[in-house]
Amino acid sequence: MHSTACDDAAEAAVDENVRAPLHQSADNGLKIVIVGGFGVGKTTMVRSVSEIRPLNTEETMTQAGVGVDDPAGVEGKSTTTVAFDFGRITINERTVLYLFGAPGQERFWFLWDRLFAGTLGAVVLVDTRRLHDSWYAIDRLEAHGMPFVVAHNDFGGERHTLEQIRDALDLSPGVPLVACDARDRESSKQVLISLVRHLYALTAQDATA
Amino acid sequence: MSPLGPDDDPDRLYTVTGGRSRATGGAFDLVTLIVAECEPAPGMQSEHVRILELARRPTAVVELSAALRLPVSVVRILLTDLLDTGRITARHPRTPARAELPEPDLLKEVLDALHRL
Repeated sequence: MHSTACDDAAEAAVDENVRAPLHQSADNGLKIVIVGGFGVGKTTMVRSVSEIRPLNTEETMTQAGVGVDDPAGVEGKSTTTVAFDFGRITINERTVLYLFGAPGQERFWFLWDRLFAGTLGAVVLVDTRRLHDSWYAIDRLEAHGMPFVVAHNDFGGERHTLEQIRDALDLSPGVPLVACDARDRESSKQVLISLVRHLYALTAQDATA
Repeated sequence: MSPLGPDDDPDRLYTVTGGRSRATGGAFDLVTLIVAECEPAPGMQSEHVRILELARRPTAVVELSAALRLPVSVVRILLTDLLDTGRITARHPRTPARAELPEPDLLKEVLDALHRL
């Protein structure tokens, strides 16, 4: 049936599951999405904070080929495959938080509602060498009304102040912007904390509105 | 090589789902937690067996997908079969509808857990 290599990899994934099973009482899955361009460090960030080795899977979806950058044309339908990585953090006996590393390219966004509905919020991971890669993602998150923070993954090299980055991204003052090193657990943890604090502040605003 | 085997073998996807391309049952979120309600029985489809083995402890749909190396859409179809026959139960996420913020109590729990990391 399937190839041996496939089976071995699947077995490895199963072992991973067995080593870090969820609580028997776990009943509420939460989602945070880390979005950014290719090579910006999404998987690195997931790995830094996840209690399991990041896993990879994909979703295939068919839709009428409208607004898709590469519609298969003839049949008026196209199948898009989105591959993504994920990891998880156990919050308590009942709640588990899943972190998804998702691509930020245009063709991905029509899937957002179906894939990431119910997401608590997003981290937009940016790289100053390719800031323009994040413009589209930021624009779409705003359009979706999805709360987010922006994290500058500092690879070293030319220094930019957060103020310069905020200007370059034309980020509204209400959106938190933090610097981080996605390889570092503590630093990545602080990014997630800044997102949850931001959500907390938004609920407080709601309460007083 | 692609990380997912099925890319190379569309026939397998067709076979495991009995030719169906979408799930008809309840909506399984990526983070819906699946719990097996029985042990695998002889003669069951191998993918169903794997799901029942993996879901002895609550297991998210997305983790089943990664372990089975099948796209999430295919796993949803397999799960529908198992749900319809009472072999699994599904614990759906209790997250608010779109454009609504989560409960402050829940955010507090998440914040506390992140600080403990």
